[in-house]
Amino acid sequence: MTDWLSGILFILGAALALLAGVGVLRMPDVFTRMQASTKASTLGLGCLLVGLAIQHPEGSFVVRAASIAAFMMLTSAVAAHVIARAAALGGAPLWQGTLIDERPSETPARDDVSDQ
Amino acid sequence: MNITFAVTLTTLAFAAVLAFIRVVRGPTLPDRVIAIDLMGVLMVCLLVVAGASTGEQAFLDVAIVIALISFVGTVAYARYVEREHS
Repeated sequence: MTDWLSGILFILGAALALLAGVGVLRMPDVFTRMQASTKASTLGLGCLLVGLAIQHPEGSFVVRAASIAAFMMLTSAVAAHVIARAAALGGAPLWQGTLIDERPSETPARDDVSDQ
Repeated sequence: MNITFAVTLTTLAFAAVLAFIRVVRGPTLPDRVIAIDLMGVLMVCLLVVAGASTGEQAFLDVAIVIALISFVGTVAYARYVEREHS
């Protein structure tokens, strides 16, 4: 039973990580790519760590898994914010279908992204 | 259970390959930084699965250290990008 549960969680986490990879490759601009990649660090790694804790229910494994999960939840948000700020200040081009651009108007906006 | 670990490790490695294609192709520097950050996360995932399949706790310690270093590296890259444009 625990083997089944942890196996399903491992497959689910790997599938979410693969989705993040596909999203980073296929999304049209920096900000959409970033929202795809932060799924892997929270949801995908979270599923893998829960599967690990179910499969090895000893204290040393569970403490390490919980510390990795807490640290990644804290830092992935900060890292995504810092990269998004740097990209926005640097005038990263937006996708053509973007509806709202709240950046100051001197930065070049709504340029077509050449590499999809 | 061995098949599960094989499928999981292969899928994670394939996701890392996709992220690496974005590192090579990425039109701007923030694209590359995001893809490198994703590769660090995928490396942590690989180490967690390796620790689960072998039952070795050292893999999890390595995963903690790589998560720490990857965060510091991402913040340093972001500062560099910001300074380059100002």
